[in-house]
Amino acid sequence: MKTALFENHVHLDAQLVDFAGWQMPMRYSSTIDEHHAVRKHAGMFDVSHMLAVDFDGSQSSLFLQKLLASDVNKLSNDGQALYTVMLNERGGIIDDLIVYRLHETSFRIVFNAGVAATDLEWVTAWQQTTALAVSIKPRRDLSIIAVQGPKAIQTVTELFDCPQLLAVQPFTAILHNELFIGRTGYTGEDGVEIICPNTDAPRMWNQLLDSGVLPCGLGARDTLRLEAGMNLNGQDMTSDHTPYECALSWVLDLEPSRDFVGQTALEETRRQDIPTKLTGIVLRGGVMRSGYEVQSNAGLGTITSGSFSPTLGYSIALARVPRASTGDCSVFIRNKQRAGRIVRPPFVRHGEKVHK
Amino acid sequence: MSETPQELRYTNTHEWARLDPDGTVCVGISDFAQDALGDVVFIELPETDTEVAAGAEVAVIESVKAASDIYSPVSGEIIRVNDQLTDAPDLVNSEPYDGGWIFVVQPFSDDPNADLLTAEQYQEFCETDSNEH
Repeated sequence: MKTALFENHVHLDAQLVDFAGWQMPMRYSSTIDEHHAVRKHAGMFDVSHMLAVDFDGSQSSLFLQKLLASDVNKLSNDGQALYTVMLNERGGIIDDLIVYRLHETSFRIVFNAGVAATDLEWVTAWQQTTALAVSIKPRRDLSIIAVQGPKAIQTVTELFDCPQLLAVQPFTAILHNELFIGRTGYTGEDGVEIICPNTDAPRMWNQLLDSGVLPCGLGARDTLRLEAGMNLNGQDMTSDHTPYECALSWVLDLEPSRDFVGQTALEETRRQDIPTKLTGIVLRGGVMRSGYEVQSNAGLGTITSGSFSPTLGYSIALARVPRASTGDCSVFIRNKQRAGRIVRPPFVRHGEKVHK
Repeated sequence: MSETPQELRYTNTHEWARLDPDGTVCVGISDFAQDALGDVVFIELPETDTEVAAGAEVAVIESVKAASDIYSPVSGEIIRVNDQLTDAPDLVNSEPYDGGWIFVVQPFSDDPNADLLTAEQYQEFCETDSNEH
């Protein structure tokens, strides 16, 4: 499959890769240069392979109360958003997502590309089960461009003449003509995700390009989110893992008055010992990759995401390790044991190193 | 389009080999290979004074994206490694045929180039290789 921006990527001579069936840019020039552009100036990503889905109807908030682990009633104003997870009945994570309140009876969720079809089937099946008054509209007519970095807000404000964006709080979106602009992202930097009609996307992309925003591929997206300590669905969390095993218990709204899918299983889990945790590892002299084994003071664990941190100049990873793991550890890199250290993510905050 | 100097020999695992006047063979990875790997961030160099067979794994190049094995193009003894790559692994990207050399082998054979690809053969190989991807 191709996004509406496919020709733009080809024109920029991007190295294309298959991602969940989509032909997406891995990088345009150098992943490291693209990474630094986002940390220091502004970069943009085509994330149109993700799926925006609109939930409309008098019972849409009641429906999302049932499907999401966070309480959407916390969104008291139009445009407000929150990061949460959608769970199965075992409390396992089907997807992590951002839900925006459009109106009192209308919400927009953006699903991850790899599980978009699964997600859609899941919410559709639940709509039939609950018979609540909500229509579910997948919006493949829309593209999503993430503009991220310390210069992102200013550039978008000037380019699209929307001064109201300067006053928009993080995790809030505004509607500006045909554009839906949310102050959200997946890089650890300030920035926006712009949702626009497919027909407008190629022109907008070129306008951003002309304003000095560097196109960035999936390679930089991965190193940026990893430095920011953000999980990647399907890698750091799967439908076999509860939020407790993914450092995401903070998103849960477990009020007894609620009854969301997975809540009962989570309450059961919480009463027992949770054997593992998702944490960070830093290591010099090698590059950690997903699947590598970790030996900690409390036993064996596994790297779930690993790469090289362009900001720090050494390797960083997320790993699932025994809960009591702390301090020094060894990572088995291609049959050699390398010394690493367990640290709490994030690794980089506002472009600066977090751990000494 | 990547560069493929005529005077070098190549392997189908994307190393280049240069037979120097002193009879030793200097080895690195091709421009095509460094471009495919992307930013090189770490190199595990081979140990000197070790004997290697042609096709043996001797080093590892880590790019942001993935780890790749480097194979010796010829049988022989590794006599030198490029220590500069420890602090500047990106030389493999910026100067694949110069500053980015990886190791030098003292070959056992009098004709170390015999089984290696010419620049033309290697270019043909890369064209087929990229069409398959």
